[in-house]
Amino acid sequence: MAKDYTNDAESHEKLIEEVLAAYPDKAKKKRQKHLGVAQPGEEGETEIASKCDTVKSNIKSIPGVMTIRGCAYAGSKGVVWGPVKDMVHISHGPVGCGQYSWSQRRNYYIGNTGVDSFVTMQFTTDFQEKDIVFGGDKKLGKTIDEIETLFPLNNGTTIQSECPIGLIGDDIEAVAREKNKQHEKTMVPVRCEGFRGVSQSLGHHIANDAVRDWVFEKGEGAGAGYETGPYDVNVIGDYNIGGDAWASRILLEEMGLNVVGNWSGDATLAEIERAPKARLNLIHCYRSMNYICRYMEEKYGVGWMEYNFFGPSQIAASLRAIAKNFDETIQENAEKVIAKYQPLVDDVINRFRPRLEGKSVMLYVGGLRPRHVVTAYEDLGMQIAGTGYEFGHGDDYKRTGHYVKEGTLIYDDVTGYELEKFIEQIRPDLVGSGIKEKYPVQKMGIPFRQMHSWDYSGPYHGYDGFAIFARDMDLAINNPVWGMFDAPWTKAA
Amino acid sequence: MSELRQIAFYGKGGIGKSTTSQNTLAALVEMGQKILIVGCDPKADSTRLILNAKAQDTVLHLAAEMGSVEDLELEDVLKTGYRDIKCVESGGPEPGVGCAGRGVITSINFLEENGAYDDVDYVSYDVLGDVVCGGFAMPIRENKAQEIYIVMSGEMMALYAANNIAKGILKYANSGGVRLGGLICNERQTDKELELAEAMAAKLGSKLIHFVPRDNIVQHAELRRQTVIEYAPESKQAAEYRELAQKIHNNSGKGVIPTPITMDELEEMLMDFGIMQSEEERLAAIAETEAANA
Repeated sequence: MAKDYTNDAESHEKLIEEVLAAYPDKAKKKRQKHLGVAQPGEEGETEIASKCDTVKSNIKSIPGVMTIRGCAYAGSKGVVWGPVKDMVHISHGPVGCGQYSWSQRRNYYIGNTGVDSFVTMQFTTDFQEKDIVFGGDKKLGKTIDEIETLFPLNNGTTIQSECPIGLIGDDIEAVAREKNKQHEKTMVPVRCEGFRGVSQSLGHHIANDAVRDWVFEKGEGAGAGYETGPYDVNVIGDYNIGGDAWASRILLEEMGLNVVGNWSGDATLAEIERAPKARLNLIHCYRSMNYICRYMEEKYGVGWMEYNFFGPSQIAASLRAIAKNFDETIQENAEKVIAKYQPLVDDVINRFRPRLEGKSVMLYVGGLRPRHVVTAYEDLGMQIAGTGYEFGHGDDYKRTGHYVKEGTLIYDDVTGYELEKFIEQIRPDLVGSGIKEKYPVQKMGIPFRQMHSWDYSGPYHGYDGFAIFARDMDLAINNPVWGMFDAPWTKAA
Repeated sequence: MSELRQIAFYGKGGIGKSTTSQNTLAALVEMGQKILIVGCDPKADSTRLILNAKAQDTVLHLAAEMGSVEDLELEDVLKTGYRDIKCVESGGPEPGVGCAGRGVITSINFLEENGAYDDVDYVSYDVLGDVVCGGFAMPIRENKAQEIYIVMSGEMMALYAANNIAKGILKYANSGGVRLGGLICNERQTDKELELAEAMAAKLGSKLIHFVPRDNIVQHAELRRQTVIEYAPESKQAAEYRELAQKIHNNSGKGVIPTPITMDELEEMLMDFGIMQSEEERLAAIAETEAANA
């Protein structure tokens, strides 16, 4: 694999300087700390390709710049809890937050919506002025009662707090306890008011803590009496965007592992309750779910490891690393699975690599993707020119060093202006980011793929996902439309 | 009808704001003024002495019952009391729930939009305790009360609250034109109370409008849900309130932008008056008692 490219560190550093020059001194000083170039890895660190944890992260965005971050409510309702399919998630407060997050992310699930599954439905307490003034606890209780009447097959309710709940000091915990007694179902109050923290990241943490306090600590639930098998694992932090979790799960199962729980894509409450009984937690999105995995390790002795199912190099490495935690049968099976899919991988690479070889990519996404997808691109002969996280922490940047090459441009909580300038100057062959970036980038004449929603495609995880990933990148980059970008009258005759 | 005058009474909880304001307004009405009282306290007891009963139907309570304030009519909440003084209580949640501050904003907007301020000479706001949040600062904010009267006494915490309220007034003085009308001292019979009140007023760049002496007749009147003006119109205390009313009436347009002081300055002032001991004095006092005991 030709992964031995390097980025031009010097020109990237110069570019950062140019971009910063437009800022007033105060803003410049602050933003400077979030931008950097991947440094050489330390001597002797064989696994580290570069050093990226020099940039500052997880601090407040500056007012006036266009940040792409979300809020704590988005982190809890939108990411962690929302995909749990057999529970109802109430957007508690005024109608807007629930309305505009209606339908969820593309968290695919199996079930009858409105009967036993509720992911794409919107439930809200629709606060009015009187609820602010007199408090909304009664209305919340009534909403839960109505949900019980209308959707009796739900297995529990979560209360996702919007900003006003924290401002007026409603006691949603008391309501949760009362309704838990009354309906004998799990009730989870989540204090994820949007104004808390600097991004959606705190929402993930708060939601993880709610799993701990209102599910695990409330008893064994579906885990009661469950006999742990030798190969029981949980997949944590796969949200099943476009079916990702399914494409991952088959590989684990073909290896002989038994996936007890998959959170929270296509998840049930029972899968969460049973999780502490598994032998190992496999973390996909470290950023949003590491907290609860650390807790399960401490409390129940369930170990955890991160894995990466993007692209054949990482899939094979991850399958082997996962198998190492089990006996020889599993290890042999891992090799068999890798061998089984090798022809598919070869086909995909033979077909798409010649069309994508040497193309450069800039990424700007959230969670784990700014680093995890890097190798998938490299498997197709592509190169990463720059990457960054919306809401990453220091440990994310440290991990990024395992993936990106020296000289790669690194941008944390990048502003609209900065990203536009970087893209303009670097002119990569592809940008992978979100819906807000998509159209400006395409108008600049640069191919684009949404890397939050897989641009309504997917899955991208696993071997099956890689085939789709490769096809999609080819579709974007080699689309004939880019040949028509220049107006005919501006072309030389 | 002269131009509408809007005033507000603020002060530490329990200082006698409601009693003082209702007695003063009862005296003002004797002077031929048409008055509207807006109670901005969830307890809804700002109009009890004027209505001779506790107001049951508050703006927010009725609005919540009917669905929203839009469903509410002014007649539903506007009550008439002693000598046709109009009374409205904003009301609010029980202690410990919801947001009473938002409630004050909601009801004042409702009253304005529905013409409660037409055909009156005075609107008087009676606001709970301290300026705890933006909602309770509503009467201070743009185009509401022109003058704020702070009810206080010679007690340290009352002075502290008065200073805090002055800070609130200062905050909105430039944007909205609100002014500090003056201090009203409700006698608590503390040491050098009159002098201290005057000194405090001077520090704030204002004046002591009136020193209301303590008189048990106020209690007697309150028990009968009446103002002193109504209960004992010929009493000495009634005359005091009439004097206060006259002073407030004459104080139109004479409010000032207050100059609140720091906590240190306030404590220093109390030391000057011998109310608070300085560190050295306290040590000296301890040494003295120890010497006496030895």
